[in-house]
Amino acid sequence: MIRKILCKGYLAVLLLALYAPIAIIAIFSFTEAKVLGNWTGFSTRLYQSLFMGGASASLIKAIENTLSIGLLAAAISTLLGTVSAIGIHNLTARKRQVITFVNNIPMLNPDIITGISLFLLFIAFHFSQGYLTVLLAHITFCTPYVILSVMPRLTQMNPNIYEAALDLGATPAQAVRKVIVPQLWSGMLSGFILSFTLSIDDFAVTLFTKGNQGMETLSTYIYADARKGGLTPELRPLMTVIFLIVLILLLAFNLRTIRQSTNKR
Amino acid sequence: MAKKIIDIRGVSKSFGGKTVLKDINLFINQGEFLTLLGPSGCGKTTLLRMIAGFLQPDEGSILLDGKELGDTPPHLRPLNTVFQRYALFPHLDVYDNIAFGLKLKGVPEDEIEKRVRKVLKLVVMSDYEDRDVETLSGGQQQRIAIARAIVNQPKVLLLDEPLAALDLKMRKDMQIELKEMHRKLGITFIYVTHDQEEALTLSDTIVVMNEGRIQQIGTPIDIYNEPVNAFVADFIGESNILNGTMIRDRRVSFIGHDFDCVDEGFGENTPVDVVVRPEDIYFTTEAAKTQFTATVKSCIFKGVHYEMFVDTDTGNELMIQDYDPYPVGSTVQLYIDPDDIQVMKKERTTNALEATVSGEGSIELLGGTFECNTAGYTAGDKVRVEIPFDAVDLQDDCDAGELTGEIHFILYKGDHYHLTVKIDGGGALYVDTNDIWDKGDLVGVKIPKKKIRIVGAL
Repeated sequence: MIRKILCKGYLAVLLLALYAPIAIIAIFSFTEAKVLGNWTGFSTRLYQSLFMGGASASLIKAIENTLSIGLLAAAISTLLGTVSAIGIHNLTARKRQVITFVNNIPMLNPDIITGISLFLLFIAFHFSQGYLTVLLAHITFCTPYVILSVMPRLTQMNPNIYEAALDLGATPAQAVRKVIVPQLWSGMLSGFILSFTLSIDDFAVTLFTKGNQGMETLSTYIYADARKGGLTPELRPLMTVIFLIVLILLLAFNLRTIRQSTNKR
Repeated sequence: MAKKIIDIRGVSKSFGGKTVLKDINLFINQGEFLTLLGPSGCGKTTLLRMIAGFLQPDEGSILLDGKELGDTPPHLRPLNTVFQRYALFPHLDVYDNIAFGLKLKGVPEDEIEKRVRKVLKLVVMSDYEDRDVETLSGGQQQRIAIARAIVNQPKVLLLDEPLAALDLKMRKDMQIELKEMHRKLGITFIYVTHDQEEALTLSDTIVVMNEGRIQQIGTPIDIYNEPVNAFVADFIGESNILNGTMIRDRRVSFIGHDFDCVDEGFGENTPVDVVVRPEDIYFTTEAAKTQFTATVKSCIFKGVHYEMFVDTDTGNELMIQDYDPYPVGSTVQLYIDPDDIQVMKKERTTNALEATVSGEGSIELLGGTFECNTAGYTAGDKVRVEIPFDAVDLQDDCDAGELTGEIHFILYKGDHYHLTVKIDGGGALYVDTNDIWDKGDLVGVKIPKKKIRIVGAL
């Protein structure tokens, strides 16, 4: 009995520690107080100002940048990573080992080093830093993750199905499109989602590659904002909304997987 | 006169310096069920993949209906393949798998539906069209794979060990169905298998392959009853393969006795290989019929028959299959019908090799240095040498000999083993020995000085 209470209690404390900060942000998004922690009565004004254009233009711009860079970087990395994975898969075992090892290095490399080295690279080639350099940097660190999530699908795949498609009259391009890609689809999707979240999440690399022309993503904006003196109140509803979107996506994704596995049975 | 549909002319192929196919010449008639049969690594799948267009021959050409296929890519060849592990498309259901080829060709939807239903009926899978292919059993998946290939009405259907992954009972059933399908469709089948029984059951023609070469082409009955060499005899069915001597036409001597046979044209006193199938050695109680006697060493019930090993009066071991068992230890009287003795030309009677004289009393042979009498030759001379089979000494310890090698092929010849030893770094030695080795054993090779004979300069 005591054991049971201890177990449940431990779980409760754990969940509380994990979700309390998010809950606090969510709760205080419904009050107008400038400083986090002051409750000045229930209000949805912060939401109104966030969505009705009351928030600063630079915050909106940062949100737009974050989303567009995230989507573009994820899409391009997924394409690059998938093509690379197919190429790597068709190498001889020895070469494949070497390339896979090389592919793992950027993932283990600390972000700060990736950021500084890209910064130096862009400087060396006189690349003016801004939106494009951030996008390139994000593609760079996302692609290895896509390769990593597509490779297992390739190894699981029956090696003959590509040949079977050719045999049935498909051109090599049709065979890839109609047979190989559908097999890799789930790997590509998880690679895409992973890339998107990594891109949105990234701070260190973005900070070093965004240049000084005022290009900001959400993470660098919040960092700069916090240093200027307190968080903009509108960030509270924004965080809450982002959290809710992620939660809904996650639920939808899990429900779909559950439904699929019951269908199979 | 049957029409040639596929004509393979002088095809060779090697991968990374290793020859996989060597000068293959073969034609396949319209409507024929032809089987490429051989142990794994004999090149049969490589040949099939060349016909399908997945590989290109290094030399030679493949003709379809008299036209060279050249480098026509697989998707433009009017052939379809049934792959060993089915290779169905897991993201499509049964119907879409079968319709895949037809949709690519732009066949109208109602025509596709008609044809898919027809082949589903043919493979007895009519109610399965909406099923997910991964929910089907192995046998059902194989049927769909066959349906997916034949729905395109290929000129030739290529089957790469299609039944290898099925259990025995299912395999037998599918064999009968395949044969039936072949009869109904009239399509030419080229079938690859390592299972000799499957080949005998299904084929009109069997092509026995080994080490990238065709050993024999013939009907199942020809191949079984008249194997051309010891490899074919050993690979197809059970057999006693023995050293013999052709005394004269229709008279052969082996296991220390003389027998009447039906073979002619070998010359007099010629060393030959003799094959006797275990079911062709008969027991008798009549003294007049008895050709030799033997002692029963073991007797095992095999279902349909008993399998016995006997030691003959001259010390050879024979395998005999009979419906009646004979007690172990008993002496039995045996005879063989002249018709049942298959005499084959010996492929070789000694190891004939090329070597280089490397100095006074030593030669370089197969990458090793051996002592040998080099009188009459000087260093650098290229010479031809002969080494008798029984002169080669194999050692457990790889470092013990001048050469190292691997036991590659074992043939039991009644009173000794005839081994093919692949020498590391290329070449092979043939060895007669009484010692028991296993395939794949690594050995050291020694050859006594006296046994290496230089027979002439190159």
